Amino acid sequence: MSLLFEHMAALQVAVPLLSAPVCSLLRGGRQPWFLALAVSWFAFFASISLLIQVLDSGDISYHMGNWAPPFGIEYRVDAINAFVLLIISGISAVALPYARLSVAHEVDPRRHGQFYTAYLLCLTGLLGGTITGDAFNIFVFLEISSLSAYVLVAAGARQDRRALTAAYNYLVLGTVGATFFVIGIGLLYMVTGTLNITDLAERLPPLVDNRAVQAGFAFIIVGMGLKLAMFPMHTWLPNAYTYAPSTVTVFLASTATKVSVYVVLRFLFTVFGPSYGFVGLTFEYIFLPLAILAMFIGSAAAIYQTNLKRLFAYSSVAQLGYMVLGIALGNVAGLTATVLHLFNHALMKGALFMALGCVALRIGAVSINGVRGLGREMPWTFAAIAGAGLSLIGVPSTVGFISKWYLILGALENGWWPVAVLIVASSLLAVIYVWKIIEAAYFGAAPEGRGPVSEAPLEMLAPLWLMVVANFYFGIDADLTTSVAGKVAATFLGGGS
Amino acid sequence: MSTEMALALTLLIPSLGGIAIAWAGRYPNLREAVTLITASVLFAVVISLLQQVADGGAPTLMLIEVLPGLPLMLKVEPLGMLFGCVASGLWIVNSLYSFGYMRGTNETNQTRFYICFAIAIASSMGIAFAGNMFTLFIFYEILTISTYPLVAHKQNAEARSGARLYLGLLIGTSIGFQLVAIIWTWVAAGTLDFTIGGILRDKIDPTMLPILLALYMFGIGKAALMPFHRWLPAAMVAPTPVSALLHAVAVVKAGVFTVLKVVIYIFGIELLSETGASGWLIWVASFTLLAASLVAISKDNLKARLAYSTISQLSYIILGAALASSLGVLGGALHIATHALGKITLFMCAGAIYVATHKTEISDMQGLGRVMPFTFAAFCIGALSIIGLPPFAGSWSKWYLALAAADTGMVLVIAVLMISSLLNVAYLMPVVARGFFRPAPAPQPVGAAVAPGARFGLAEAPLLCVIPPCLTALGCLVLFFYADEVVDLLRPIVG
Repeated sequence: MSLLFEHMAALQVAVPLLSAPVCSLLRGGRQPWFLALAVSWFAFFASISLLIQVLDSGDISYHMGNWAPPFGIEYRVDAINAFVLLIISGISAVALPYARLSVAHEVDPRRHGQFYTAYLLCLTGLLGGTITGDAFNIFVFLEISSLSAYVLVAAGARQDRRALTAAYNYLVLGTVGATFFVIGIGLLYMVTGTLNITDLAERLPPLVDNRAVQAGFAFIIVGMGLKLAMFPMHTWLPNAYTYAPSTVTVFLASTATKVSVYVVLRFLFTVFGPSYGFVGLTFEYIFLPLAILAMFIGSAAAIYQTNLKRLFAYSSVAQLGYMVLGIALGNVAGLTATVLHLFNHALMKGALFMALGCVALRIGAVSINGVRGLGREMPWTFAAIAGAGLSLIGVPSTVGFISKWYLILGALENGWWPVAVLIVASSLLAVIYVWKIIEAAYFGAAPEGRGPVSEAPLEMLAPLWLMVVANFYFGIDADLTTSVAGKVAATFLGGGS
Repeated sequence: MSTEMALALTLLIPSLGGIAIAWAGRYPNLREAVTLITASVLFAVVISLLQQVADGGAPTLMLIEVLPGLPLMLKVEPLGMLFGCVASGLWIVNSLYSFGYMRGTNETNQTRFYICFAIAIASSMGIAFAGNMFTLFIFYEILTISTYPLVAHKQNAEARSGARLYLGLLIGTSIGFQLVAIIWTWVAAGTLDFTIGGILRDKIDPTMLPILLALYMFGIGKAALMPFHRWLPAAMVAPTPVSALLHAVAVVKAGVFTVLKVVIYIFGIELLSETGASGWLIWVASFTLLAASLVAISKDNLKARLAYSTISQLSYIILGAALASSLGVLGGALHIATHALGKITLFMCAGAIYVATHKTEISDMQGLGRVMPFTFAAFCIGALSIIGLPPFAGSWSKWYLALAAADTGMVLVIAVLMISSLLNVAYLMPVVARGFFRPAPAPQPVGAAVAPGARFGLAEAPLLCVIPPCLTALGCLVLFFYADEVVDLLRPIVG
């Protein structure tokens, strides 16, 4: 048993990676699904045990094949990536029980084996990119996850052929992002001669004025900015989320961009540091305005959408703006908000996209006109949308409120009054687009020609409601999440300066 | 029953009642019995707490610590006790009335109506007994959201747009201003607990105090301070029992209650009077008070007129708070109770008239007093209490407010109060006068005969629509003689 825990860091990635090819050999719909489910639950278990280890006894450094860093590849787990691992695997563990019926409905039955293979690879890539302590390794894993994500998005083509162009667009922009990222890593490698993150952090301080280092920094930020859909590099996101199968949207929306945010945090605070002049300038002159634009343009665009998946996709652009804003504030409260929001936003969007998947299962498309009057026919699904929607708005006693609270606190700590006001003003935009849906579902008249609609099956409702309850649970008892996030923020800012 | 238990029950009873109502939804009689029982039990529990508070106790219940130093906490103090009694007591009367009204007008979705009503009462209890501003804010938002389906009840285009405005203004102001103010307070003072004397002394630059106060006052949209008052007339599309809930039992009362809480326990009266930070508020409140009264005169629709009257009356309470003197605060607090009794009477009468005759415009109500004498008598008493004539309860709160104005040397404010009383007469009494003294138009217009018993003689609304306003009208009279007790209960809040 102790052997298992000793190698938990490696198993976290190895198990999903190795089970992916096995999955592609399995036939039918049930077997691959079951394998993916078992793997996800194991990954969830692994991430919990890693987080507990980290919180109890400090950072874990696992040397792949016993090669000592910086020569070998090191897996380095500290509070932040243990937390992100928990988010990824947790969402996956909840999304898979939900997935079976939804995937059976939306994806070509002959391709289920391949679908779940791609899913497992995507999971591997996200987990690996998070856990590794090697900069080039991050690139490799993120490419694994991105390539499989393109496939997953394209799997929506059976429902709507536009999934293909969406996947293609995602592919092109994602590859541009990855290329930028790897160029940046290359520049750093050229100057420092190392790829290990801890090692990089030690070797960089004397090289701050080196142009190659600064260029490398810029390439990394732009590359990851594309992957995390930082405004105005978000254009791939709405279509990809809209046309992907529901399960894929649930998984990607809650995890993929989060990992990119994590990588940005890692480079900003561990590798570089806010005290470097050019990093500090980025906060104030690039992140701050872009974050605020994202919050408003994303939300404003969401208001005008009629397709609900696209509506929430634009809302994700705005929510990513909050995360970037937290970084831009550059203080403990702001950074706590960013880390918290990684988790909290995964809960909200996970729940919302799951609910939309339930609707899609019953009525096909999810447009604002299509859901009119559905509140009475699918009471549980729409109550879930209302609950998660409140969380998205940031109503107190939901997780959204906790994130906003810290964000506003961070803004006030800097004395940035107008920013605090803008944060609340942008939440008000969320009221408008969430309420549009509530009103249509509960107070609209059913469109002509729609027959009676039955509630989604329990198999999908149970994971959905688990997410909704989590939205409220972690909003009322935020002790666990805020203490982890606060710890992360304190280490980042304490260690970086 | 331990105190903590009783305190927890004030939240649990209406919440569980809501669930029970949902279960009993298919059997209207059972559902309404459940509503009534829940309301009565809740009132009994609140009364059981009353004695302790009167003896100077402060029952406290810690629920959970959301963030470090930021707990969800209930703590009863006299002002909250008063609001709790008003809300839970009037829920009983309003429930009785709802049965009559909702059946009389054959409304749809009655189960949803009663469920939302119960949730709204639960959140009012949360507001009344909140131990810190954070807890209060949470219940404030729940109240907004739970009353939205009530306002949108009729589900037609007009109800939807009214409800949209309702929700938009209330959520907008609360998140846009109030939340910012709360976080500011927390950053400055490090606590949000309601403390006598306030928590802001020496914690914040005095020149910033008026700005913080403004964020609170405009952020508490439920207090309907101009220019954020539009939601109140817009919410008139709701069925009358909902209007009664909004105007008398829960919503606007929660708003002005929060205003008083903020002034007394966050800022502290002394801090405000020393720094003069609330000086501007006196004039904004006075303006709202007079302007809303003038608008009320111009409204022919009875419910719209009453809505503007409410906006005006709420500003009495805000004015009391803004004067920053103990008499002003006492007068304002007393006005919560007296206005609640008076206004609920007026609304229930308006509803009764609608149930019996389907008339909504005042100009159509000529001679109605002769066929609906009980309704119009109750209306008359409610109106006199609102105007502030003895021997009705409303006179006391105005008396205290006038004393406070005199005490602080604000002669102009006294003038405002007097002018406003005259305006009250001008917009309320014509209704009574038309009903009793103007002859009914000879031929009954076609279409007015929808109501049951449109024949001449007595043509009152169903009993359940008539008895509740008579009861509350009686309440206006009784409270006049017991106002002293209420003031004694409240006195600890001013130290």
